[in-house]
Amino acid sequence: MDNQLDSAPELVAEEVQAPAEVGDASSDIAAIAASREKVDRSEETVNRIEVRDLNIYYGDFLAVQDVDMTIYPRSVTALIGPSGCGKSTFLRSLNRMHEVIDGAYVTGHVTLNGEDLYAPGVDPVLVRRKVGMVFQRPNPFPTMSIYENVLAGMRLNNKRISKSDADDIVESSLKGANLWNEVSDRLDKPGSGLSGGQQQRLCIARAIALEPDVLLMDEPCSALDPISTLAIEDLINVLKEQYTIVIVTHNMQQAARVSDRTGFFNIEGTGKPGKLVEINDTVTVFSNPEQKATEDYVTGRFG
Amino acid sequence: MSTMTSPPPSTEARPASITQGQLPARLPLYLGIGALVVSAIITLPVFGTNWALLVLIALALYMVVLNVLSRRTEGARRATDRMVTTLVSGAFALAMLPLISVMYTVFDLGLPRFDGQFFTETMRNVVGVGGGAAHALVGTLIITLFATLISVPIGILTAVYLVEYGKGPLAKAVTLLVDVMTGIPSIVAGLFAAGLFAQLAGPGTKNGLAGAVALSVLMVPIVVRAAEEMIRLVPNELREAAYGLGVPKWRTITKVVLPTAIAGILTGVTLAIARVIGETAPLLIAVGTTDSMNLNPFSDRMATLPIFAYYSYQQPGFGDGIQASYDRSWAASLTLMLVVMILFGLARVLANVLKPKGLK
Repeated sequence: MDNQLDSAPELVAEEVQAPAEVGDASSDIAAIAASREKVDRSEETVNRIEVRDLNIYYGDFLAVQDVDMTIYPRSVTALIGPSGCGKSTFLRSLNRMHEVIDGAYVTGHVTLNGEDLYAPGVDPVLVRRKVGMVFQRPNPFPTMSIYENVLAGMRLNNKRISKSDADDIVESSLKGANLWNEVSDRLDKPGSGLSGGQQQRLCIARAIALEPDVLLMDEPCSALDPISTLAIEDLINVLKEQYTIVIVTHNMQQAARVSDRTGFFNIEGTGKPGKLVEINDTVTVFSNPEQKATEDYVTGRFG
Repeated sequence: MSTMTSPPPSTEARPASITQGQLPARLPLYLGIGALVVSAIITLPVFGTNWALLVLIALALYMVVLNVLSRRTEGARRATDRMVTTLVSGAFALAMLPLISVMYTVFDLGLPRFDGQFFTETMRNVVGVGGGAAHALVGTLIITLFATLISVPIGILTAVYLVEYGKGPLAKAVTLLVDVMTGIPSIVAGLFAAGLFAQLAGPGTKNGLAGAVALSVLMVPIVVRAAEEMIRLVPNELREAAYGLGVPKWRTITKVVLPTAIAGILTGVTLAIARVIGETAPLLIAVGTTDSMNLNPFSDRMATLPIFAYYSYQQPGFGDGIQASYDRSWAASLTLMLVVMILFGLARVLANVLKPKGLK
């Protein structure tokens, strides 16, 4: 919600020109979504994620119930919904980060490239190397320089890499994260000395240095200013050519700006499990949703 | 005027101006000197030179006069502020007094024998004047080093277990035991070590290692507590960042968590060393003492600084030797204090060097 202001000048202009229809804020969001180029990836199978009958628990508490979802490769899927509806929990179940919390577990299936991530014998550590993650708050390692932070995924896993390879990886990852021009002259400085937006792009560089198949982003812009947000959104648009991206966001305009498909999660009340209400093309979700609850949410009538 | 809905604020509750009366900045200083002089005039003829009473009466005078003056010109809030400031500063001075007094006494009495001979010679075949505590200094350093080598790995690993792995009744039990261990009287630790080595190497065994074991019984809980606090302070986000990169848990701990917490852990270890380096009772039982240099902690008795100081004061000999023995005792105390100070200095430097770069 704190990113409402980053709506960029073109949106303000549209708001002025659009015939004012009271109570329907989603029309201009839908316009943003409609203005994006559409690419159909629904038939591609490489790096496709299928979620079937997924129930996510914290101990006895069922947090998310019965999720069925297909995440198309090389596209951006946004997850929206009110606070506490289980978006982040669901996202964390896609690379088995959910179970890091005591007593947390899931039932059901998540398959990536046809392999079930929750099959017995699957090592969660190896899953996380294939499915990278960027967190809500930028979290570079304070003991490491910018250079070491980018290589952290490899160095911490004790992978031996030659100096020249390391240099190449650092440069390409930082360029990929659109940060190279800003930090190339101070790679040996601590990563925590960067601004919030730069830190978040450093975290993205750190994630893509491992060349994951999928990139999960948990509200990556919620702690950032509009300019940094724009930089990250541009970056997401570039990264999706290569990676399957799932992003949780509270900002519906952001969902409209960056995502190809949008899933809406909702919760009936406190203590009840969150559910996936619908998932569809972003344009459809914002202009012509199938469910009443989705329409209420995207038009701002509740939540 | 009809649009005004709220009544005009009363002048008492909201002063019209934000300036108010102020006492001259130097007044407390002059007042303090004045109070001391007046107090001296009152107490000296009646009680003689009683410094504690003089200062106490001066302090009371100072507080009363300053309070009255401040209340009249500056108002009640500033007056209370000045009174509390005086009380807090007084409490601080009172707390510093014994520390400074101890430092002064130790330096004053320790310096006469704080010479080259003291650090190069032992007490072998020395009766009366002369001799030194080289054997005791070396013994203290060796025994403390071994105690540190034993307790730091145990302490840090226990802390890692408590924070990163432990849950349920076992972790609770470990925490409770660590708390209990913190309260173990040092003489009990000494008896434990003596008993242990009596079992292992025969009754009456006294050597440096037994002393190190006794000291580590005292050190482990301190290291655990300090390391636990520091490891808990490492933000969970960093652990999640590492997990998110596909780093296994043990590697996350060794490469991310411990390096981030290392500065604090080191400070904790130094505190633990400082706590045990001056222990006397357990060493008396487990190590004994000797007049000769013994560099081997695995066999025979060793001298240590605290025990050297104790015996030098307890059994000073006779004639000229008495004063010489007292002097050696104070010099040993001074040495011990300086060793602790140097350790603290080293820990500060190390902590600064190892501190996470972004936090400097």
